[in-house]
Amino acid sequence: MISMTKKRFREKTLPAAIMVGPVTLWLILLVAVPLIYILVMSFCSIDEFYNVTFHFTVDNYKHLADASYIKIYVQSLVIALLTTVICILVAYPFTYIIARTKSRFKSLLYMLVIIPFWTNSLIRIYGWKSFLGTSGWLNSVLMKLHIISQPLDLLFKQGTTVFGMVYCLFPFMVLPLYTAIGKLDSTLLEASSDLGAKGWKTFLTVVLPLTASGIFSGCIMVFIPCLGYFFVSNILGGGNSDVIGNLIERQFKSGNNWPLGAALSIILIVITLVLVKLYQKTGGDMDSLGV
Amino acid sequence: MGRKARLRTKSVFGKILCGIVYIVLFLPIAVVVVNSFNATTSKPYLTWKGFTFDWYFKLFDNTSLLTAFGNTMIIALVTTILATIIGTLGAIGMYKYKFKGKSVIDGLLYIPVVIPEIVMGISLLTVFAKVSIPRGMLTLIIAHVTFCVPYVIFNVRARLSGYDISIEEASMDLGANRFRTFWEVTLPVLKPGITAGALLAFTLSIDDVIISYFVNGNTMTYPLQVMASIKSGVAPDVNALSSLILVGTIIFVILTQGNLFKKKMS
Repeated sequence: MISMTKKRFREKTLPAAIMVGPVTLWLILLVAVPLIYILVMSFCSIDEFYNVTFHFTVDNYKHLADASYIKIYVQSLVIALLTTVICILVAYPFTYIIARTKSRFKSLLYMLVIIPFWTNSLIRIYGWKSFLGTSGWLNSVLMKLHIISQPLDLLFKQGTTVFGMVYCLFPFMVLPLYTAIGKLDSTLLEASSDLGAKGWKTFLTVVLPLTASGIFSGCIMVFIPCLGYFFVSNILGGGNSDVIGNLIERQFKSGNNWPLGAALSIILIVITLVLVKLYQKTGGDMDSLGV
Repeated sequence: MGRKARLRTKSVFGKILCGIVYIVLFLPIAVVVVNSFNATTSKPYLTWKGFTFDWYFKLFDNTSLLTAFGNTMIIALVTTILATIIGTLGAIGMYKYKFKGKSVIDGLLYIPVVIPEIVMGISLLTVFAKVSIPRGMLTLIIAHVTFCVPYVIFNVRARLSGYDISIEEASMDLGANRFRTFWEVTLPVLKPGITAGALLAFTLSIDDVIISYFVNGNTMTYPLQVMASIKSGVAPDVNALSSLILVGTIIFVILTQGNLFKKKMS
C-alpha cells in the first residue's frame, strides 16, 4: 500500500507539481491576488496624506456617479464603439483580399501588416502627431499646393483619438479575421453561386456566418483595450477625448487617490467580464483571443 | 454592367483599399525615419532644416536614452527566458495531468489577455506597494512575465493538441529516464510552439508601455523614455534609435524566416 502511494507520488504528483506549480503560484500571486486587492481597495479611504487606509466606505462608488465622470464613460464607450466599427469595416474587405489572394506575395502581404508593429506604438502615435500637426507634413504639403491657406487644426479632436485607436488596434482585428477567412472553403462559395445565389447573397448567407467567429474575437480584442489606452488620447486628443483609462491613470499618478482609481478600474473589469461572457455565449473560443 | 466589368471594378477597388491601408500603416514610420535625418536642433524638432546623419552619432552620447534601451533589452531577455520556462512547463503539465483546480488556472490564464492593460498595471502596482517591493527592474520583470506567460502557454498548447503522449512511454520503455525523455522527446516536438511563444513574449515585453508605466519606479525603459519626451517634442536621436531598431528587426526576421519571403505559404 505504502509503496503504491510512493510510486504514485513519484510518477504523477511530483512531476505534476514541478510542471504546474510555478505557473499556478505565479497566476495566483500576480493575477488573482492583485485583482482581489483592487476590489478591496475600492472600498478603502485615504487619509490627509493620501495614504490608503483600510476604513470601509462606499464613497468611491458614489463618486463614480459624478456627472463629469459619466460624460467620460459615455465618451469612452462611443470612442471604443466607433473604433471597433471602423476596424471591422476596413479590416474585413482588406483581410478578405490578402487572405484569399493567389499572389505569390501572399505571405509578404501578411508580414507587411505585422512589421509596423515592431516599431513602438508610442513612436508611431507620435509620428502621426507630427504628421497631422499644424506645422506637420500634411499641412505643409496642402499649403504648398495652395489647396488650403490656413493650416488645418486636425489634432486634439475626438476624431483624431478614434483614428489613433484604429491605427493601434487594427492588427488585432486583422489577425483573427485572417485565420477565419483563411479557413473558408472555396467549394462552398462555388456551390452557393452554382445554386444561383448572387454575390451579396453568398456573402451574407455563407461567407459572413462562417467568418463571424473572427469578427467576434476581433471585436473583443479591439473594444476592450480601447477603453484603457490613455496614451493615445493623451497624445492625439490633448485631453479633449479622455477614455476611462485616463481617469484611472490620473488617480494613480497625479491625483493620488488610489481607492477612487481602484473603483474606476472595477468599471473596466465589469465591462470586460460582461463582454467576455457574451463572447463565450456566442460560441467564441477563448484560445483564439491569445494567438 | 457585365459580370466581367463588375469583377474588374471590384478588383480595382480592392487594390486601392489595400494600397491605402498599407500607406496608412507605414506612414508614421516614414515620418520617424525621415525625421531622424532632420538637421533641426530646436524643439519640437518638426521643421525640416536639411539632411544630416548627425543624430545617429549623437545618439551614442545620450546616456539616458541608451540606458533606457539597455534596460528594455535586459527586461525583455529575462522575461522571455522566465516566461518561456514557466509557460512551457505549465502547458505540458496541464496537458498531461488531471488535477483539482485545473479549470481555475485555465480561467486565470485568460485574464492578462483580455483585461485592459491599465488594470493589470495598477493592480500590480498596488500589490508591490503593499508588500513594499521597491519598484524598478525587478518589478518590471515580474510584471512582464505575468502578461507574457499566457501567450507562451497558448502557443505551446496549440502545438500540444496533436501530441501523442505514447511516444514518451515508448522512450521510457526503451530505457530513457524522465528527464532524458523530456529533453530529447517532448521538447523537440514542441519546439516550434515554444519558439513562437518566446518570440511573442520578447515582442510584447519590448513594446509594453502601459503596464511598465505603473510599476517602473525610477527605472526607465525605452518606451517610457519616449513617453517622457513626447510633451516637449521627441528629439531626432530617439527617431534615429527607433529607425535602427526597425532595421535590426527586419534583418533578424529575414535571416530567421527568410523563406517567408520566397516560398508561398498555403
